[in-house]
Amino acid sequence: MLELIRQPWAWYTSGAVIALVMILLLFFGKSFGFSSNLRIMCAACGAGKNIPFFDFDWRSQTWNLLFLVGAILGGFISSEFLSTGEAVQISQATVQDLQQLGISAPDGLQPEEIFSLEALFSVRSFLILLLGGFMIGFGTRYAGGCTSGHAISGLSNLQLPSLIAVIGFFIGGLFTTFVLLPLLF
Amino acid sequence: MKGIKFLLTGVLFGIVMTKSEAISWYRIQEMFRFQSFHMYGIIGTAVVLGAIATFIIKKYKLRDYEGNPIVFTPKEKSVPRYLIGGIIFGLGWALTGACPGPLFVNLGYGYLSFLLAIAGALAGTYFYGLIRDRLPH
Repeated sequence: MLELIRQPWAWYTSGAVIALVMILLLFFGKSFGFSSNLRIMCAACGAGKNIPFFDFDWRSQTWNLLFLVGAILGGFISSEFLSTGEAVQISQATVQDLQQLGISAPDGLQPEEIFSLEALFSVRSFLILLLGGFMIGFGTRYAGGCTSGHAISGLSNLQLPSLIAVIGFFIGGLFTTFVLLPLLF
Repeated sequence: MKGIKFLLTGVLFGIVMTKSEAISWYRIQEMFRFQSFHMYGIIGTAVVLGAIATFIIKKYKLRDYEGNPIVFTPKEKSVPRYLIGGIIFGLGWALTGACPGPLFVNLGYGYLSFLLAIAGALAGTYFYGLIRDRLPH
């Protein structure tokens, strides 16, 4: 059993477990939306003193922060106990496209060129992480949700706004993939 | 300990995001290059099962574990905020290979450089709150 869990999971297993996470939260009287945590964290740090957007009862959302802590723990448990340490099996076409950019084939989960601590001291990786993060925070709050809130919860509830948001996610993602990354690498 | 169930659900989320490889920058690149079904299969399965569950919850007016009705708040009608906000998020998603959940799951996995992306995400959220009134919604 443990051997089975340690292998990478098939897409249908993964999708089913993500749906289960959403359903569990609904039965706990909450809703699945991860990016709200970023607003909650800003509020918890006192941003509500000057900015009305952060002036709300963030303590009532502590459950979502606990979910976030759990997510960090889940990542830790996976790397410590549930990993075979094998490289991500992406398609050969992607490997070739990325090699043309100078990004090596997978050796683990993430490309060393961006995420190793040495790479952090290069201007390029520093900007990718900081500005990429900034756009994630700004964009999700502007759009009112991220992949969990819009793509999973919103589309499950057949919400047109969520479909518009997901189309936006793809316009942005395609622009980065085919315009920004070739400029950066 | 009413909170423990949220912590454990979060653990399950962190594990599935890792074991599905959805937290990998490589997988997100593969998705945006339309070179594999993997990510589409994950999101598609989650949405189809989620839609069936949502339909059943509404049809049978199911209640949560405390006996309160499960309510779904409809999203406000608008185009610019979802489209522009979505595009900005998409730019960052493909750059870092992570959406908000995986930023934290990656940190737990041991990729400490995601702390920088998390700091950026908090700054971006703060900046949105700061200029919110001047943006089209």
